[in-house]
Amino acid sequence: MTEGPHVSALDMQDVRKTYGNGETQVAALDHVTLKVGDDEMVALVGPSGSGKTTLLSIAGGLLSPTEGDVIVGPHHITDYNRRELTRFRRDMVGFVFQGANLVPFLTAKENLLLVADVAGKRGKGIDRRAERLLEELGLADRVKNTPPQLSGGERQRVAIGRALMNEPELVLFDEPTSALDSRLGEQVMELIRTEVKGRGTAAVVVTHDQRMTHYADRVVEISDGRLVA
Amino acid sequence: MKLAWRELVRRPSRFLTAGAALTLLVLLLLVLGGILDALVNSATGVLRAQTAPLIVYSADSKGSIDRSRISSEQHAGIANVPGVREATGLGVVLLAGHIEGRTEPADVAVFGYEAPNATVPAPPAPGQAYADASLQAAGLELGQTMVLGRARTPVEVVGWVSGTNYNLQGGVWVEPATWREALNANIPDAAVSPGTFQAILVTPQDGSPVADVAAAIDDRVPGVTALTIDEAIAGVPGVSDQESVFTSIIGTTFAVSGIVVALFFALLTIERVGLLGVLKAIGASSRTLAAGLTVQAVLIAAGALATGSLFALGLAQVIPDTVPLELSTSRFVFTAVGLVVTALIGSAISFRRIIRIDPASAVGGA
Repeated sequence: MTEGPHVSALDMQDVRKTYGNGETQVAALDHVTLKVGDDEMVALVGPSGSGKTTLLSIAGGLLSPTEGDVIVGPHHITDYNRRELTRFRRDMVGFVFQGANLVPFLTAKENLLLVADVAGKRGKGIDRRAERLLEELGLADRVKNTPPQLSGGERQRVAIGRALMNEPELVLFDEPTSALDSRLGEQVMELIRTEVKGRGTAAVVVTHDQRMTHYADRVVEISDGRLVA
Repeated sequence: MKLAWRELVRRPSRFLTAGAALTLLVLLLLVLGGILDALVNSATGVLRAQTAPLIVYSADSKGSIDRSRISSEQHAGIANVPGVREATGLGVVLLAGHIEGRTEPADVAVFGYEAPNATVPAPPAPGQAYADASLQAAGLELGQTMVLGRARTPVEVVGWVSGTNYNLQGGVWVEPATWREALNANIPDAAVSPGTFQAILVTPQDGSPVADVAAAIDDRVPGVTALTIDEAIAGVPGVSDQESVFTSIIGTTFAVSGIVVALFFALLTIERVGLLGVLKAIGASSRTLAAGLTVQAVLIAAGALATGSLFALGLAQVIPDTVPLELSTSRFVFTAVGLVVTALIGSAISFRRIIRIDPASAVGGA
């Protein structure tokens, strides 16, 4: 894996992502340049189909760009192969997906430990970290509950814990409040801000809900694959 | 792996259908195999019981002991072939055995023999017999006198032996003169002269290769052919046909088991595409996910094997003695290995689909 000097948590330079060929080619991202500071929280807003998800996927090593450079922390991931990207996601990035996407038959704590299992990490330290995270997220008494036994807000909090479990450089949130009502959405955004700021972790939060953007340090708008100044 | 195990333990109902289907297939595999083993053993037990590695038939017998006749001169010639340590005679006649107090006669194979083998002791006195324990089911008891064939040749049962049946008929072991008497009295057309046997069992001297001794017998003794015991077993009428038919059915059942596993995990993988995408997104490799699926397939197969084996053992206890069924350790091992291999192959069908799941699918979903 290529490592360069650590300048910012996320540095996307002139990134394009296209699908198809010739006249049928569609640019999902068109010359996007975005930097996110080490402990910065950026809200990415835009209408459906504007390229939010593509940007998030490229930043998180889920997709490779067609053109441009992507640097996450010290990792120059543009040319990473599939295996290197898997390792990169496992060690460097935290994801919170729309609708939590927890493993339904694992307890809250086991959902956090899954990240360590995937990385082959074991031990009491890992166990304690998962418990501490759940405690911070207000889920100390829900450690042994499975997702179907949790409310929507609790599930999203477990998902946040899972994203922070591997002590990532960058946490990517994909519509974290879309399945929640306004009150719960506010609570979750407050929690996200507290957690990422408390850890000095960078975060990109994709949202279509303008009411949630004030929790971010900066709001970036995207439209038709381009960042709007 | 931990994830695969936890899913199995915490969501057993999800795997119940595949487990139940495989359990029934295991039961079928064991019963089919058990019937085949019982039929083959019942048809060839006498040959399998021999400790001698070679058996000599007359050349015109086409490998069948029923058609074979070996004269006393040929017997002496075989015994004098260099490399032969022991050459003992064996004869057989299939007769109806009338048991006292029973209206229906038992089908018996009466053997005349000269030397003990793996399961039968040295020949008893004239007029006495060792009977195969399978004849107890027909009502035969120790000390009883059984009368053989229409000529009603009497033999007294003085002991039990086991696994010595021939052509699905219970073995009755007598000394050569008693056998000749029963044969000549009941089937005059096939009568043999004193000293004649149907086959000669040959034990080579230490250090003499079996193949060399067989070739030397063929060369030096006119009108005979030496076979290994395995070749002789294959020559027993109907055995290879039975094995071929049952092996085809058993093979098909294994194939069906593989299809059950393949279809089940293919459907499960489709159902889990979302979850697998999330796991890939957080850094799980395709190899890890495929290994988890393999573990589940093998554990389901193992569970089905245990349950199916218990059902088969239970069935063996309740079915009538007249139904041939032998559940041997080797049959269980064969079925277990076959099922695990089948499960591995079946589960591997889903690997391609797992590899093709895009981790990016985890983002942007509803």
